[in-house]
This record gives sequence, structure tokens and C-alpha cells, in this order.
Amino acid sequence: MRGLQILIDGFAISSLYGIGAIGFTLMFGVCGVLNLAHGGIMLIAALIGWWASVTYGAGPYLSAVIGIVAGLAASYVTYFLVVRPLQRSRAIPKDEEEIFILTGTLLWGIMIQVGMDYLFSDNPVTLQPLLPGVMSIVGVRTPRNEVLIAVLCWLVIGALYLLVNRTRIGKQLLAASINPRGLTLLGFELSRIYIIVWTIYGLLAGLAGVLLASFFGVSSANAGALTASAFTIVILGGLGSVPGSLVAAYVVGYAETLTAYLIAPTLRPIPALLILIAVLYVRPQGLLGRR
Amino acid sequence: MTTSEAQATDVMPRTRRPGLLMRPALWLALLIIALGAVAPWWMPAYFLGVFTVAYYFGVFAMSWDLLFGFAGEVNFGPTFLIGLGAYGAGLMNNAGLPIPLCLVGGAATAVVGGLLLALPALRLRGPYFGLVTLVAVLLLVDAIVIFASVTGGEIGMMVPSVLSINAAVNYWYAFGFLVISAIILFGLSRSAWGLILQATGQDRIEAAALGFNVTKHKLAAFCLSALFSGLAGAMLTFYEGTASVDQMVDLSIAVQIIIAVVFGGRRTILGGILGAIFLVLFDELLRPIGQLNTFVVAAIALIVILFVPDGVLGYALRRRGSA
Repeated sequence: MRGLQILIDGFAISSLYGIGAIGFTLMFGVCGVLNLAHGGIMLIAALIGWWASVTYGAGPYLSAVIGIVAGLAASYVTYFLVVRPLQRSRAIPKDEEEIFILTGTLLWGIMIQVGMDYLFSDNPVTLQPLLPGVMSIVGVRTPRNEVLIAVLCWLVIGALYLLVNRTRIGKQLLAASINPRGLTLLGFELSRIYIIVWTIYGLLAGLAGVLLASFFGVSSANAGALTASAFTIVILGGLGSVPGSLVAAYVVGYAETLTAYLIAPTLRPIPALLILIAVLYVRPQGLLGRR
Repeated sequence: MTTSEAQATDVMPRTRRPGLLMRPALWLALLIIALGAVAPWWMPAYFLGVFTVAYYFGVFAMSWDLLFGFAGEVNFGPTFLIGLGAYGAGLMNNAGLPIPLCLVGGAATAVVGGLLLALPALRLRGPYFGLVTLVAVLLLVDAIVIFASVTGGEIGMMVPSVLSINAAVNYWYAFGFLVISAIILFGLSRSAWGLILQATGQDRIEAAALGFNVTKHKLAAFCLSALFSGLAGAMLTFYEGTASVDQMVDLSIAVQIIIAVVFGGRRTILGGILGAIFLVLFDELLRPIGQLNTFVVAAIALIVILFVPDGVLGYALRRRGSA
């Protein structure tokens, strides 16, 4: 019975981690940007959604949508105010661009975290569940919301798969991740593709933030930990590899759930970190990464 | 001097420099050191305390710059080394050892940690290594919290001894330590060894092809950075009377060190001091606006890297170089 419960809980948590991480990895794969303000953007989505429901009495679905739109807006602001100026700056040597974007988004993430802390305090907030009530899956009492989250995550992952592999825009994204210069030579505007990626990224991060808030609850103190967990998953799976990130999300999700149930909830984050270090020693490019 | 180091000095363009005593930079440095040394006679006691902390922070920043600016290693976990130094020294002090031995022990612990960090650095690149250092900090925090019975956990670990109870003496300890560290680290960064290190950081394959021992130089850089971080962490512990996660190990401290270096100017070593003093002073001056001060400091640092990516000192040096 307990084994089943671990299976079900772990599945829901892992799908949530997957959604949180694939935007991050897509961004790196196509734009070469590691966005360390990732947790901050999830936080904005969660807190604005919560604020809409508390202040204006928005229903669970409306507040989720408002939260996702807020996440999208935060993603655009990150791109236009922080990342793009750094990419275009002439004073920054090209080979140091990466470290500047890391530092810049890190600072931006701190500004978001402190700003949100100031506006909404650091009390954890929980969004209303999208589906109230509990149901029974082969004898395990499971909140309906948990099931809905897992289903929703996989629908979005499926939609993203179709978008990337079956549409014209998706093929442009793939091409940009393989050879951006070649794509430019074929007459495609690279900056337009970047904006598309930041749009997809904002929607994914917003959704992840909103779902996380309705599952666990989110506080502004979590921003750093959220970024770190997405970063861990993405590196474990291999930078830029979306399937790798999904596999890694399940490894981390189950490792955490098993530890929490079988050993002690306080040790929850540790096994995932140890797995990460072990994998990086044996396979520095991550599980499914390419060099 | 080994042959490889002799080569590096030959590669360097030889510009005719004025004699040591004729350089204005030297006199400026001496003036600043003199002003800093007599600060206890003219500075209010409150600011003495502020500067004492800022000076230890300056050493953190310089050691980080040695790894980041010169060895080219994105180390997100300087606080891993600082924490090891602080807690290593604190534990030994609690076991009854006197302060000088604890300082040596803390620094030694940090160097062992530095070697542990160097192992992945020799295999992993860029963001991958960055994440390992991040994880090292998270694991250290977890270890401190789990073994709370020995380490004091989140509350912090009290140490029975303190450096001094006199604010001026504490200030001089910190200032002397800062000046000595700055001379050693700055001197090293300008030496043939520093140039080779910079070469291995920028292109390790080419540096190896030129016959330099990349592994040896990287290991040395990690050990040096760890030595100074650990020693500074240990001294800060004996100044504060506690080793605490919030003040020495937490990731937010690591971020502040990074901000200090980027603000002051990476690859300058001395810029880190400037950045550290700016950060700590600003934190004090902005205290009236409450929790928003972190917001303002982060915003200023972001503006600096957007518009003056070389940092304050780097910008000043570049201006002088082109004029």
C-alpha cells in the first residue's frame, strides 16, 4: 500500500518537476541561456495568481490563468531588460557572455525574490486546488488535484513535443539549436525565434509555478531552491536535452519521495544531490546529454 | 623558476616601466594603507565594526576572483570553502585548542575542501562545474543542520575564544590580514604564475600545448583560493564569536561575493576589496529602507554589469590604458 502511495505521489511530483525543468532546458538548447531567475519567474506566477484569488476573489481556474500570464510577462521582462542587453553589449567579450548572463539573471532573480518578499511577505501561499476532493486509485486515497496535475503536465509535454517536431515554428527552433548561423543564412530572423522561445518558456514556467503553488504551496524564500532544483534536473539529464530532463525529473522526484517516506522528510533533498555528483563524475555530459 | 615560467615572462611584451618608487600607483596604495591603518583614531566605533566585516569580505572576494578571473572556474560555492574554514576552526576551538592553532586547522580544512572541489573542476566545464560547487554548498548546509548537536545547526556554533574585545584591535587584525592577503594575491596574479593561470583559464588546450602543466596550476589556484577563504572564514568566526550558516555558508553570501567581484572588476584582484566595501557599507546605509536594501544593491550591481561590465576598477584601468 505504501509502495503504491510512493509510486503515485512520486509520479505527480516528478511530472511537476519535469514541467519546471523543460522550459529551462529548451531555453539553453535553443538560445544558449541559463536563466538563473527561473525560480523567481515561477514565484511571480504563483504569487500573482494567489493575489488575484485573494484580492479579487478569482476562481481557481481564472487565478491560474492570471498567474501564467504573469509568468509570461516576467519572462519577457527578463529577456528584454536583462538578457538581450547583455547579449548585445559590445563591452562584453563573446567568450565571457555566458558568465555575464549567469550573473545578470542571478541578480535579477534576487531582485524578484526580494521584491516579492516585500510585496507579499515570505509566508507560504497555497492556490486553491483546481479540482477539489479525493479519489481512490487502486485503494490509495489521492487528491483529485494531484491526478489533474500529473495529467495536465503530460498533456503539455505532449503538446510541446508536437509543436517542436510537427510544426514549422518547431522545426525552426530545432534548427536554431543545431546551427543558428545556418538558419540565419537561410533568411530566418534569429531574434524572432528567441522571442518565441521566451514565450514558450514563460508559459511553461508560469504553469509550473501555478501548479506547484496548488500542490505544495510556495513562498518567496523558495526562489533559490526552485532554481537550484531545475538546474540540478537539467544538468543531470544533460543540458539542452528535453527527454534527458524528463528522465532526470523522474529520478529526482522518486529519489526525493522515497527518502521522504522511507528515511526522513528532512533528508529529502540530499540523495538527489548525491546522485547528481555521482552521475557527473561518471558521465560529465549528463544522462542523455551530447557533448 | 621553472622553464615554463621563464617562457611566460618572455612571451609578455616588455614595456619600459618607471622605477618602483616613481610609480604613482604605489604611492596611492601606500596612502590608502596609511589612511586605513589610522582609521581607529578618526572613525566612529560603529563604522570600525562595519569595516572590519567588510575587510574579511574583501578577502573572500579576492580569493574568488583568483579562481574566477584567473583560473576561469565558475565557482558558485565560495562559501563552501569559507564555511569549512569557519566550522573547522570553531570545532577545534570548542575542543580546547588555542586560536592560532585553530586558524591553521581551519585553513587546512578549507584547503582539503578546495582539493575536493578541484577534482570535478579538472573534468567538468562551465555550467556543469558551477552546479557541482552549488551542490557542495547545499550539502555543507545540510550537513551542518543534520549534525546540529555538534555544529549548532541553524542557530550557529558559539566559540569560547574571541580575537579581541577591543574594536580597534579587531579592526587592525582585519586590516592587516586584508593588506597581507592583497599583497600576496595581487603579486601572484601579476607574476609569471598568474599569467600562466590566466592562460589555462582562457584556453586550457592551447595552454597545455604550449607546455604548461594545466593540472598543477589549477590545483594550486584552488588551494590558494581555499587557503585565503578558509583563513578569512576562521578569523571572521573568532571576530563574531560564532560560526553561522546565515553569515558564512548560505548561498546568499556566495552571491554577495560574486556581486562584489563583478562590481569591483573581475580579473583585478583588488577590485574585490572595493566591491566588498561598497556592498557592506551600502547594506548599512540602506538599512532604513528595510528589506528592500538587498533589492537596491542587486539592482545597482545589475546596472553595473549591464553598462560597465569591466567593473569600477576595470573601467578606471581601461580608461587610463587608452588615454
